[in-house]
Amino acid sequence: MRRKKKTVAMLLAGGQGSRLGVLTALRAKPAVTYGGKYRIIDFPLSNCTHSGIDTVGVLTQYRPLELNTYIGTGGAWDLDTMSGGAYVLPPFVKGDSGEWYSGTANAIYQNVGFIEQFDPDNLLVLSGDHIYKMNYKWMIAAHEEKGADATIAVIPVPIEEASRFGIMDTDEELRILEFEEKPEEPKSNLASMGVYVFKWETVKKYLREDKLDPDSDNDFGKNIIPAMLEGGEKLYAYEFGGYWKDVGTIQSLWEANMELLTTAPPFNLYDGPWRIFSQNLNDPPHFVDSEATIENSIICEGCAIYGTVENSILSSGVTVERNALVKDSIIMSDTTVESDARVVMSIVDEEVRVGKGASVGEEQAYELAEKQITVVGKGARIEEGAIIEAGKEVPYVS
Amino acid sequence: MYREAFGLIYAGEDAAALRELVDQRTVGALPIGGKYRVIDFPLSNMVNSDIRKVGVITSRNYNSLMDHLSSGKAWDLSRKSDGLFIFTPYSLRETPGVFRGKVEALKSCMGYIRRAKQEYCVMTETSFVFNINFDEMMRSHCESGADLTILYHKAEPVHGDGDQFHEVFLDVGEDGRVRGIEVDPMLPTLSARSMKTYIVRKDVLIYLVDDSFAKGEFKFSENLLRNNIDRIKMMAFEHKGYVGTMRSVASYFRVNMDLLDPKIRGELFTSKNRIYTKVKDSVPAKYTKSAAVKNSLVANGCIIEGRVENSVLFRDVHVGKDAVIRNSIILANTDVAEEADLEYAILDKNVNVRQRRRLVGNSEFPMVIRKGGLV
Repeated sequence: MRRKKKTVAMLLAGGQGSRLGVLTALRAKPAVTYGGKYRIIDFPLSNCTHSGIDTVGVLTQYRPLELNTYIGTGGAWDLDTMSGGAYVLPPFVKGDSGEWYSGTANAIYQNVGFIEQFDPDNLLVLSGDHIYKMNYKWMIAAHEEKGADATIAVIPVPIEEASRFGIMDTDEELRILEFEEKPEEPKSNLASMGVYVFKWETVKKYLREDKLDPDSDNDFGKNIIPAMLEGGEKLYAYEFGGYWKDVGTIQSLWEANMELLTTAPPFNLYDGPWRIFSQNLNDPPHFVDSEATIENSIICEGCAIYGTVENSILSSGVTVERNALVKDSIIMSDTTVESDARVVMSIVDEEVRVGKGASVGEEQAYELAEKQITVVGKGARIEEGAIIEAGKEVPYVS
Repeated sequence: MYREAFGLIYAGEDAAALRELVDQRTVGALPIGGKYRVIDFPLSNMVNSDIRKVGVITSRNYNSLMDHLSSGKAWDLSRKSDGLFIFTPYSLRETPGVFRGKVEALKSCMGYIRRAKQEYCVMTETSFVFNINFDEMMRSHCESGADLTILYHKAEPVHGDGDQFHEVFLDVGEDGRVRGIEVDPMLPTLSARSMKTYIVRKDVLIYLVDDSFAKGEFKFSENLLRNNIDRIKMMAFEHKGYVGTMRSVASYFRVNMDLLDPKIRGELFTSKNRIYTKVKDSVPAKYTKSAAVKNSLVANGCIIEGRVENSVLFRDVHVGKDAVIRNSIILANTDVAEEADLEYAILDKNVNVRQRRRLVGNSEFPMVIRKGGLV
C-alpha cells in the first residue's frame, strides 16, 4: 500500500482530436505544439504541480508514442517525486481478455485499481485538450467545503456559442440542476471546462453501474454526470474566471497561437510563479543573421533566421534561409524553409522541408472569420518552386 | 572511450583580470553564449567521451558554481554509482586552508582518485572553451606509451600583457614529446600553448602528486610537470579546433563575439558532441513590431522591442523600445529601458539600464556593469 493521497489526478489524453487533421495523424491531441515550445499537455501537468498535486495518471490510447516519450518520468513538471509521479496508463490486458477504453468514464473505471492504491478522498479528472492556468487547489477546497459529490469547473461563454458546449443549469448557490451536452436552446451560459472533482467513494459506485449498462457511451458528460444528478447526489459548478481555450480545430489552434502575439496577450506565459513547465531541449540560443528581419514573432532556441519572419511562432531548431518569408504562420520543430520560399497563413508540422522558391498558403485578412489555413504534415517535402494553395492539407511522410 | 577514465575539473583558477565578472563567481560559473556557463564545456566534453565520474575541485567563490552544478542531473551525472563529486577547500587535515596550488588541490581529493575504478584520469580546468571528444587523445596516449599527455593548440606567440593569466607553453619535439615548459613568458618563443588538459594513468597521477606534495612543491606546471620532464614520458596532443580563453574581460568579450561566427558556433554547439547546461523553464523569445535584430544570439525569455546588433542576449532580457544595443553582451534578467544606447558593454545579471542612458566601451576595454547594477 502506498501512502494515502488526498487527491489523485487522472488526465484524459487518449483523444484523437480528429478535427486537427494531419497534425494529429501521428500524435495524440495533447502532444500538439502550442506557443513554440509547449505542448497542450504541459498546461494541465504544470497546473497540477503548481496546485500541489503530485500523483497524475495519464490515460493514453490513440497514438501514444510521442506523448509517452514526452512525459517520461514526469521530471520536467517536477512530478518525479518519491511518493508521487506521472504514470502513463494505456489500456491493458486483464486475465484472458483486454479491452480498449470505450469512453472517458470507462478509462477511469479500468484504472480503479491504480487509483485505489492511493486511497484518495478526491478524484480530479482533467482533459489534455485545453490551454489554461488554474489552481485546482481552490476548486478542491470549494468542493470539500460544500460537501459536494462532484464539482464541475465552468466558464461563462457568450450565450450564442453556448450550444457548442456542455452547459450547466444551476441555482443561485451554483448547485447544478441540469446538465445538457450541446443543447440547442441553452438555459445558461456556464460551459463545462472538462475539469471535474469527484468524491472518490461516490463516483466509484457510478463508474461500476455505468460499466454494467450496455447502452451507455461510458462518457462523463453524457452518462456519469446525468446519472449522478438522477441519483440525487450533490453536484456543484465552480466558476473559473481566467483564460481557457479549446484548441480542437485548426482555426482555433492558429488563433490561440496568434493571440500570444498581440500587444497585451489575453494569456500570459510570462507568469513567474505559475511557470508553464515543459521538456527543455539542449539547444543553443537562436541566431539572427545580419540579413534577417523579425517582427512581432515568437522564436525558440535552436532556430537560425536568415530571412524574414513576421507575425509567426517558430518552435526550436527551425531554419529560415535567405530571402525566405514566414508570415502569419506556426512552424514546428526542426523544419527548414529554404531560400526564396514563402510560408503564409499556414501551420507547418515538424521536420518539414519547404523547397527553394516554393509557396505555401496565401495571405488573408485577419478579420476573416473562416480563414483558409494551409497545413503541412510532419516530415513532408515541398518540392522546389511548388505551390500549395490556401486551405490545402499536405499529408505527413513517415 | 578507448579506455575507461574518470574526470577531474579544477575550477579554482585565479582570474583577477576578469574583474567584476568574477566578483561573485568562479571562472567556471561565467555565463557564456547566451545560456551556458563555462564549466558546461569541460563537463559536456567528459560526458560526451563516456566519462561517468567527474570530480570538480573548487577553491573560492564557489556558490554560483554549486548552484549551477546542483546534483549534476543536467549532464546526466546524477547516478547511483559514480556521477558528480564536488570538492571544497578546508576539507582535510593535510591540506588546511586555501590551496597553495593545484598539487595541493589534487592532494585534497586523493581519496576520490584512489577509489576510482577507472584506470585513467582526464584532468582539465575551466579557463578554456572548446569542444572535444577525448577518445582520440586517449588512443594517442595509450599508443605512444606516454605517462602523461598534454592537450595543446597552436597559438600566435603574444607578449605577456600583465593579465596574470597563467600561460603555459610547451616545447614539443618532432616525435610529439614535450621537451620543455615555459610558464608566463614575457616574450614567448613557443607556439604550442597548453590547454591544461591532461590524460594520465591513475597510479602515475597519485605518485606524481604525492611526490611533489612531499617536496613542498605545490604548483602543477612549474613544479610537478617541469621537475618530471625527464623522469616520465610526457607527450603533447594537438587540438585543431576552436579554443576560447577566459583570461580577461577583453577575452571574455571576444569569446562571446566569436560565437556569432557560424563556423565556430557550429563546431561548439551543433556538432555531434552537444554542450549540456542546466535549462530554465523560460518562455520563448518575443519580438514586437518595433524590434530590429541583426547578427545576434538571443536566448529564451527575451522580450525585444528595440534594436540589437552583433550582440549576445542571455535569458529573460528586456530591450525597450528605441533602445540600441550594439556589440554587447547582456546577461540574464537584465532590463535595458527605452532609448538607452549601449556599445561595447557587458551587463552582468539583473542590471537595470534606465531610459536614455548611454554606455560606450571599446572592443579592447568593454564597459562592465556589475551584477544587480542600476545605471
